[in-house]
Amino acid sequence: MSAAKANKAQPHRSPDGGRIDRGTPLSFRFDGQSYQGYAGDTLASALLANGVKLVGRSFKYHRPRGILSAGVEEPNALVQLRSGARHEPNLRATVAELYDGLEATSQNRWPSLAFDVSAINNVFSAFLGAGFYYKTFMGPTRGAWHFYERIIRKAAGLGTAPTLPDPDRYEKAHAHCDLLVVGGGAAGLAAALTAGRSGARVFLVEQDNELGGALLGEAAGAGLAWATDAASELASLPNVRILTRTTAFGFYDHGVMGLVERVADHLPQPGAHQPRQRLWTLRTKQVVIAAGAHERPLVFGDNDIPGVMLAGAVRRYLHRWAVTPGERATVFANHDEAYRTALDLADAGVAVAAVVDPRPVPGGDLLRALAERGIEHLSNHVVVRARGGRHLLGAEVAALDADGNPTEPTRFISSDLLAMSGGWNPAVQLHAQSGGKPQWDSRLFTFVPGTSKQAERSAGAAAGHMTLASALTDGVSAAGAALEALGHALKPIDLPAVEPEAEAVPAPLWEVYTRKGKRFVDFQHDVTAKDLDQAVREGYRAPEHAKRYTTLGMATDQGKTANVNALEVLARARGEAREKLAQTTFRPPYTPVSLGAFGGRDVLRHYHPIRRTPMHAWHEAQGAVMVETGLWMRPRYYPRGNETLFEAMNRETRHVREKVGMVDVSTLGKIDVQGPDAGEFLNRIYANGFKKLPVGKARYGVMLREDGMVFDDGTCSRLSESHYLVTTTTANAARILSHMEYHLQTCWPDLRVHVASVTDQIAAMAIAGPRSRAVLEKAVEGAEVSNEALPFMGVVHARIAGKPVIIFRISFSGELAYEVAAGADHGLAVWEALMEAGQDSEIMAYGTEAMAVMRIEKGHAAGPELSGQTTAADLGLGKLCSTKKPYIGHRLKERPVTADPHRPALVGLVSLEDNKRIPGGAQLVEDPKAQAPVPMLGYATSPTYSITLNKNIALGLLKDGAERMGTTLYATNPLNNTTVKVEVVSPHFFDPEGKRLHA
Amino acid sequence: MTHYSIFSLVKGALCGPGAWSPAWREPEPKAEYDVVIVGAGGHGLATAYYLAKEHGITNVAVLEKGYLGGGNTGRNTTIVRSNYLLDGNAHLYEWSMKLWENLSHDLNYNVMFSQRGVLNLAHSDAQMDAFRRRGNSMRLNGIDAELLDREGVRAMVPHLNFEDARFPIYGGLLQPRGGTARHDAVAWGFARAADSRGIDIIQNCEVTGIRREGNRVTGVETSRGFIGAKKIGIAVAGNSSRLAAMAGLRLPMESHLLQAFVSEALKPVIDTVVTYGAHHFYVSQSDKGSLVFGGDLDGYNSYAQRGNLPVVEDVITAGLSLFPNLSRVKLLRHWGGVMDMSMDGSPIIGKLPVEGLYLNGGWCYGGFKATPGSGWVFAHTIANDQPHPINEPLSLERFETGAVLDEKGAGPVPGHH
Amino acid sequence: MRLPCPWCGDRDLNEFGYGGDATLQRPADDAPMKEWVDYVFFRDNPRGSHREHWQHIQGCRAWIVVERDTLTHEITGSWPANEMVVAAPAKSEVTP
Repeated sequence: MSAAKANKAQPHRSPDGGRIDRGTPLSFRFDGQSYQGYAGDTLASALLANGVKLVGRSFKYHRPRGILSAGVEEPNALVQLRSGARHEPNLRATVAELYDGLEATSQNRWPSLAFDVSAINNVFSAFLGAGFYYKTFMGPTRGAWHFYERIIRKAAGLGTAPTLPDPDRYEKAHAHCDLLVVGGGAAGLAAALTAGRSGARVFLVEQDNELGGALLGEAAGAGLAWATDAASELASLPNVRILTRTTAFGFYDHGVMGLVERVADHLPQPGAHQPRQRLWTLRTKQVVIAAGAHERPLVFGDNDIPGVMLAGAVRRYLHRWAVTPGERATVFANHDEAYRTALDLADAGVAVAAVVDPRPVPGGDLLRALAERGIEHLSNHVVVRARGGRHLLGAEVAALDADGNPTEPTRFISSDLLAMSGGWNPAVQLHAQSGGKPQWDSRLFTFVPGTSKQAERSAGAAAGHMTLASALTDGVSAAGAALEALGHALKPIDLPAVEPEAEAVPAPLWEVYTRKGKRFVDFQHDVTAKDLDQAVREGYRAPEHAKRYTTLGMATDQGKTANVNALEVLARARGEAREKLAQTTFRPPYTPVSLGAFGGRDVLRHYHPIRRTPMHAWHEAQGAVMVETGLWMRPRYYPRGNETLFEAMNRETRHVREKVGMVDVSTLGKIDVQGPDAGEFLNRIYANGFKKLPVGKARYGVMLREDGMVFDDGTCSRLSESHYLVTTTTANAARILSHMEYHLQTCWPDLRVHVASVTDQIAAMAIAGPRSRAVLEKAVEGAEVSNEALPFMGVVHARIAGKPVIIFRISFSGELAYEVAAGADHGLAVWEALMEAGQDSEIMAYGTEAMAVMRIEKGHAAGPELSGQTTAADLGLGKLCSTKKPYIGHRLKERPVTADPHRPALVGLVSLEDNKRIPGGAQLVEDPKAQAPVPMLGYATSPTYSITLNKNIALGLLKDGAERMGTTLYATNPLNNTTVKVEVVSPHFFDPEGKRLHA
Repeated sequence: MTHYSIFSLVKGALCGPGAWSPAWREPEPKAEYDVVIVGAGGHGLATAYYLAKEHGITNVAVLEKGYLGGGNTGRNTTIVRSNYLLDGNAHLYEWSMKLWENLSHDLNYNVMFSQRGVLNLAHSDAQMDAFRRRGNSMRLNGIDAELLDREGVRAMVPHLNFEDARFPIYGGLLQPRGGTARHDAVAWGFARAADSRGIDIIQNCEVTGIRREGNRVTGVETSRGFIGAKKIGIAVAGNSSRLAAMAGLRLPMESHLLQAFVSEALKPVIDTVVTYGAHHFYVSQSDKGSLVFGGDLDGYNSYAQRGNLPVVEDVITAGLSLFPNLSRVKLLRHWGGVMDMSMDGSPIIGKLPVEGLYLNGGWCYGGFKATPGSGWVFAHTIANDQPHPINEPLSLERFETGAVLDEKGAGPVPGHH
Repeated sequence: MRLPCPWCGDRDLNEFGYGGDATLQRPADDAPMKEWVDYVFFRDNPRGSHREHWQHIQGCRAWIVVERDTLTHEITGSWPANEMVVAAPAKSEVTP
């Protein structure tokens, strides 16, 4: 379509002007209807240019809603954008940049925006006042709420959630700066330029797509010209970084600011290699908040009808987008600045019916300016009520009596646009997030920033400086103060000479009382002044109570247009001075942020890092089924043919018991402990003794927590006089290291010991089975591995495949077994060499399932038993705990209940029912048919089928376990309605004398 | 007091706001009370309510330093469940659950108790075993529990990540009777019901000291003067240590910061409460449509009620790993509450070693669901000067005896529970 | 939040692990049970200035003592933990 044609299709677009690119017409669709706009438009400006006024429906009453504002504060014009996996709900049309092919739909309506069945709520609104749901839906039966809730849930909510994974990418960025300037309007530009010229490292962030702030929404003049120059100079400074389309959303402790940069939201979809959004963590030394101000609506009857807009927003549509949002306008305001809207509209050729002002007389020569344009001025008047349905028809106007109360409406002013303004609220959100408490300003009748708690200061309109001239000088002085704190010398900048302008110093008028129509305070959540009145009357007088009772300020706009008006209404209803009321707390984010931005790249399989052992590729090549074990991937079993897990587990177990197998145990935690006092240190860390462990020997050890419960277990080997190697369970590796470091650095700094994690540096494999020695003998160079040279619990240094290794004769399986440790780089070579050497012995790799079977058969406690709820005695390790030396946990394990001999203790359980397995987590009871509460004696911790014994067995923890040996109990699993009769036996099912591992 | 019903709504509609009376009075404090409860959160208000209802003790004041329900009652993620493993906890939370089930009627205030189910996801066989242990223990204690396999989970929560998850879903433990309630309504409903039974709720009244004669309490110093009390119940979770310190006591707890999050409102997309098994994350959808979620503690002692960015990222990332479809949904607001993190992760409800002084605290981040049950047993404890059998195991002495209630086995590290 | 590591300078919160109250003194091995119970379980838990242990886990791995206000999170000091140890007696001093 040609540019001329495009313009013709937009009945409310002025023929010239605006910061739009008329050479780039764009097509878009709203609710299926095609429209035209221009590059530079927002969805809202483009809709208004096309004369579309009805954009959405309100939350509760489903009232027709249009476009109120021209910025992030928009409560009404929420739409859904894009479709399929890129569907996004609840987007403010006022900040959605137009792109060619944009598709938006209205939300919260059925079947259509124009005809919404739920609008019936509006008719019954008298029943649906504040907190109505707390007073009903309780009957007739107890479950009544369950019934009503489903209906209410469907009616509530706004847009629909996407159902498909987001195809776009998000990134995270990190940076430091001396000064962050939030906001690229007049004050922000002045601050950034001042600081930039002075050499400070500056970040300037602007949520809009270009710098300029409010100046972009005014008639061109010296201010905008200066801003354009300032922006280009800033862009040229190497020490200044400008981020547009970027919101500083959260001010956290110690100057940390969260930013979200919308890299590609203005495009149909992100370009190749481009993220959709980028989350910045910015560490600042100083912050200047020049975030501007939000205009206040006025509270009068039916002030939500499409066509009622904020006066400043009207001006912004006019100047920035060359859009005239109406044909005949009325302005209702309590301060001078809003008169500019009337004047600018008139100058743009829009008929302005009247300016309605509760004050007797405006400032300056505004009356003359109105008269020159033939605009009627109604002083001492208010708009009592707007009239219309899906769009505005006009306003009922009334004079104020001597007490300032509205009289009966005397006039109806026909208009399709009502521009209102009750003054401006500085954007104090970031200041409040930083810990500051906004203060009431009795001149502006609003809140301004209070005392700073962090290194931040507000500037410009955000600090209550509402004219251009004052914002500019305030920006410079804020930067000056920040530079002084940073120790930078200030280099002055030239500010433009700007004409004096009408200032937004409002008269104290927030609401106009009327019995007709609804007087909305919070548009999106349909909270009216009457609701607030009712809340106060019902005792919800505290601002937080009133807010929560009415849901005021809790919508997607977080009350940006509602909060200050609400406090006024509350103060009036409470009969108290407004100064006594504090605002409810501002919380991050300043405006809503996509969850995806916080996730960055850590999504799907990348959620957490994946740890792989040095032999990982080998396992995969052998077809191993891998399993997540914490962050690690471990081979679970190596299926052959169509083998099931159960079959493979049995095959691998039997093979190890009869021949030889090898399993990757690299994931076990390994900690190197060195120093002259290493033995003494380990004596304190472990419950059993290690100081006298001979060099070249390993020992099983158990560690307690300080509260006397078992922390972890593993082996510890003495490699030399002052050098030990500790192994931990896979799960506890990091915790044990920190635990050791804690005690060394905070309790026993006199001990000459260093500890270091070597988990990632060492590859480890366990080779187990009657033929394991034969395999080693073939593979090992430089050491003897005979029973005499390397007895049980012996340790030797040797070489395999030419690589240095340490061989530990230790066994988790109960078989003759060894663990071989090699440098991580050599892990695969050593593994393969052992596999090669083991060919004659029919060596076979086995996975964690077979490993678990064998440790259960052997009665070794592991993860399910080391639950943090068991003592050493519970696990049959009581005798291991030294009585000759103190150690961590030695004292508290003596507490009466901790030392109680009747505590659940480790036992073995054997299923007495053929082919019936004992479910893990089955509870042990005497009478499975007893009524609840059933006394529970213990539970099955680790169950398995033992092919070695051809029995279904389990380890368990059982009260008075030792005394119950040989008795029968029931392992009951009511979750699955199953119960197994079990016999209580020793946990050492297999080779209890340990003949095999000593062989 | 106006009785709430559909008829009262009709009357309200016809007569306007004037038809409604205050939900509670704003009385001046009396010189002395039989019982002073410190803290007008859900627990304190419930205690007062049950003192009046169950024990006929109505000369009671509930003192609140700010506005009632302004602490953790109004900051939590509203989850109600009784899916506990250890007997000492299970009986308390299940008793609470039973009270929840009739609470709206009992209080004549719709607390919107929604039994939409609480589903704990499992991500390994070991976790399935652990859930089976817990679920079986629940069943044997007379509490509802179901174990779902992967397909059972999929049928309930279809948008979970079943395709490309770092920690695949193996199944889950479901408590069908669990769910959510409207947190503010719980505080307001108890306040209104307690007030109607003659209890004084005194807001903007901060306790600054506990006065004793010998080893017996005589009253509290407050920002509104001294108030005499024969018995004092502390129900100020988050600040329990500060109150105990006023009586010269130390407690086995640290105050930690927990953040909570809401998204913008959406049409229904998650119909149950879901918790992650591979990381700390839980989510439900409010009746208004917001996703309400949370996760780990910030991890350091704090009374600040405002948290930091790393945990925000951490929690949301965990959520997205479960629900990759929610990436384009927007975070609306996040805030912080102060938790009494006890040394074994379980609450302390019982007598303190000063006569007439009682503690209800140490709730970690699980206090909301206990509100009615906790108030009920605490009222019993105060009225009879001895604990009810339900809260006997929750005594302060358990740390000395070793009878700790460590559901997770995390040990005496408050931040790990 | 940023924490001042005495070795590495100001670093982000997520590089650190938390260790709790740093003013506790590990009792003598044979100290009375009550002392041990106090040490392991009971805390002052102040609202205000708090000396606490942190470990620079993702950095130099040093345990440090940080003085931080638990209400405002303002930090007023940090030291290497091993310089702040209040040495415990090897045996408790038992008065006869």
